[in-house]
Amino acid sequence: MSLEPQELDDLTSKIGRKPTSTELQIVAAEWSEHCSYKSSKKHLKMLPMKGPLVISEKGYDSGVLDVGDGYVITAHIESHNHPSAVEPYGGAATGVGGVIRDILSAGTRPIAIFDGLRFGDIEKDLQARWLFKNAVTGIADYGNCLGIPTIGGEVEFDECYSNYALVDVAAIGFGKKKNLIKNYAKKGDLVVLLGGSTGRDGIGGSQFASDSLESENRSAVQIPDPFIEKLIIEAILEARNQNLIHAMKDLGGGGLSCAVSETADALSIGIEMDVDKVHTRESDMNPDEIMVSESQERMLIVTDNAKLKKLQEICKKFRITCSVIGHVTSNNMMHVKKGKKTCANLPTDVVANATLLDRPSKKPAYLENIEKEKKLKPILDYSKMMMKFISSPNIASKIWVYGQYDHEVGIRTVVKPGMDSSVLRLDNGKFLAAKIDGNPKHCYVNPREGAIGCFEEACRNVVCTGAKPIGMLDHLQFGNPENPEIFWTFLESLKGLTDFAKYFEIPCIGGKVSLYNETPSGPIKPTPIIGILGLIDKTPLYSQKITTGDCLVIIGDTKNEMGGSEYFEYIHKFVGGKCPVVNFQESKTNMNIVLDLIRKDLLKTVHDCSKGGLAVAVSEICMTHQIGCAVSLEKVPGPKLDVDRILFSESHSRYLLVLEKKNLKKLEDILKTSKASYKMIGEFGGENIRFNKENKQVIDLRVDKAQKTWSNSLRELVVHG
Amino acid sequence: MKIGVIVFPGSNCDRDMYHVLTDVFKLDAEYFWHDKGLPKNIDAVILPGGFSYGDRLRSGAIAAHSPIIKDVKKMAEKGIPILGVCNGFQILVEAGLLPGALLKNTSLNFMCKWTSLIVENNKTPFTNKLKLHQKIPIPIANGEGRYYVDDETLKKLKKKNQIVFRYSEVVNGSSDRIAGVCNEDGNVVGMMPHPERAAESEINPIDNKPSSLIFESLLTTIGVKN
Repeated sequence: MSLEPQELDDLTSKIGRKPTSTELQIVAAEWSEHCSYKSSKKHLKMLPMKGPLVISEKGYDSGVLDVGDGYVITAHIESHNHPSAVEPYGGAATGVGGVIRDILSAGTRPIAIFDGLRFGDIEKDLQARWLFKNAVTGIADYGNCLGIPTIGGEVEFDECYSNYALVDVAAIGFGKKKNLIKNYAKKGDLVVLLGGSTGRDGIGGSQFASDSLESENRSAVQIPDPFIEKLIIEAILEARNQNLIHAMKDLGGGGLSCAVSETADALSIGIEMDVDKVHTRESDMNPDEIMVSESQERMLIVTDNAKLKKLQEICKKFRITCSVIGHVTSNNMMHVKKGKKTCANLPTDVVANATLLDRPSKKPAYLENIEKEKKLKPILDYSKMMMKFISSPNIASKIWVYGQYDHEVGIRTVVKPGMDSSVLRLDNGKFLAAKIDGNPKHCYVNPREGAIGCFEEACRNVVCTGAKPIGMLDHLQFGNPENPEIFWTFLESLKGLTDFAKYFEIPCIGGKVSLYNETPSGPIKPTPIIGILGLIDKTPLYSQKITTGDCLVIIGDTKNEMGGSEYFEYIHKFVGGKCPVVNFQESKTNMNIVLDLIRKDLLKTVHDCSKGGLAVAVSEICMTHQIGCAVSLEKVPGPKLDVDRILFSESHSRYLLVLEKKNLKKLEDILKTSKASYKMIGEFGGENIRFNKENKQVIDLRVDKAQKTWSNSLRELVVHG
Repeated sequence: MKIGVIVFPGSNCDRDMYHVLTDVFKLDAEYFWHDKGLPKNIDAVILPGGFSYGDRLRSGAIAAHSPIIKDVKKMAEKGIPILGVCNGFQILVEAGLLPGALLKNTSLNFMCKWTSLIVENNKTPFTNKLKLHQKIPIPIANGEGRYYVDDETLKKLKKKNQIVFRYSEVVNGSSDRIAGVCNEDGNVVGMMPHPERAAESEINPIDNKPSSLIFESLLTTIGVKN
């Protein structure tokens, strides 16, 4: 919980004297990896951040996109990995709380939550199961109480997360452009701390998160109180409506230290504050503890004397505490006092800007031979294998998870969880689709192509609803950056994401980097998570009932890209092979043609082909719609492949389209004129999911049996073991 | 005619309810914060869902002692239509305006899912436009939604026609699959599922008409009165 010797020298020379103990605490929090991004910041600049819809203003904690008619959406992503690995319920819940306040601080109402959860192998590992179960409950209890729907996410299990957890939370806000907080301050303005009291929970949380997890430091984990957060949301939106807020920031990692120094630095002002004015949970807290406590549900607001009374009245209505803790000065100093005594007096730019690092990078040795495949045991009975596959934790339906989240509250959710992506209606008649995706198995085999694949998969998911991707959130999660091999994987992923974002002109509107994700048995696999926001101008594709005789058409080639596939890893326990690679041109062609076909109202439903490959994607359609389908594998476009590769390859840019037979000709006429490769590969009907190759049956499953197994297996595993 | 939507600290379906009343059914509605009274000119009262007081102590237990509940009780006695949805139902039960109790679901989890109701009493101000035994596709979203009454009370409920809605399937372990009940006079109705989440075609994947009839029933009731 302290600075490196070299950082201490740096600080001493910058301020020209020995720092006080409070100053050391403040700077250690702000210069931690978690708050300062000192390893990654130099490189993150490569991502494109501008675009016609992007509104960028100083001091925003979330990305802002203009969705027309005077409305904006805001979005942000965060993780709470270290806390959740120690105390999954509180860690996951406070993760939700933090990202919600980032949305709120722009002056927008939070309208949706997403969660990406990763744990060890829950089939064998009881601790992983415990972490999973409690993280889900933590998110449910927090989001449900706030009345913000949790409408999407992903859950994945991999041995690389044993004794650890990745809990990523994203949120979306919505509001009027004119109501956005402008973030300004002038000399004499008041600095107000609003919300929960400052206690001894979460002390040093950001430094805790910037180290490898070696001990279970429970006191560094914050305590959730969604009821207070709900009151804060309503109070702040009321204050926003009355124009009482000049600038606002949530208190997250680093607590008051970071909120005060970053606000002052962003607005080019100074702030003088008194720790005695902070409302605390315990009476004997010292200044150092008050400055770095990460107690939850607190917001920092800059207002002026004339508006203070109205703000206090609102707080009184909601019975939340607000304390004037200081005022704005013009000297660009962060001056922390206890009564009359000065505890810290530091230039804000020194505090808010840690010296950025140039970490060395080196291609990891393990990648040298990773693409080599070993000889696999032949599968004797694909139907039997398939039943095992669809009940495996990564493939099974996640209804046990999203069924615990209120995904309807707010009455915006027009396409519900369980589909490729959920869709929300907006007040201007447009619709917003959003999805987060990650794929550490692909990213481990090839950090660059794997990351691009996550990006494309998230795009595919929103495209399936008829939405055009308009913005991206990235969350880059890796192990210890001081290890050059790990840092290389970080850089490769980032470069891949940058290339894809530039090619598709999808701006990165926000993100987060989480490093030092190390488990007792080593670093996690590279785990970049991509969130995509898609906009639909007219109407989303509402999935229609599939009936006998409907056609199944595939767009995109199925290639020999088995590396990091569920089939290799779950069925054959083999890590390696060539990871799926996105061909940018093919990706764009396919994306555009699918959007065009949806707009022309030719399709009943669209589903993307991803984890588990074609076999799983077709089965998911059948199980969701409770109808059989017969698929001819020899018709699947792409190079000539063995049957297991056609079934389970996870090649990108593939979409499954379902349509009425009468629309088939129209569809083919349109597809013929595009460069997309496509083929009608199956027909719906009956009670069985059948895959044949040259009239020889490969897989034959009863839909009802498969559906039952797929829907219930995760719950069975968690509840009954 | 005016409908009062009561807002407690932690209510979170108040805005959804208000939207459906005003934008969809063109009713005149107004929010009332829990710490004040209700004006005399109110024709119906709705207690929306949410987590009043963060569900502390027991869901609905603290809100049932809010100052506004005194006026709600007076209005209940006068026969004014009162509807409690989800947490609103829990509050009405805790306030003693409706019989029974709401316990943790048998799954022990919060449950958000679409199910369907069967209308068992179409004489209340909120069901008079529905047919007896009509099916209503509707979502539930609760952790403590298992309606419980003892056998004796259940007999009484049946005798006095106080069971308003039943689930068409076993959802959460409720006594006799009860999803909604009314008081003896029939003017106070409580239900766990959310009609405001099912009354518009855009958000109802099955059929929004039955849920719409809950609001149209109210419209008819208070319209006739004027």
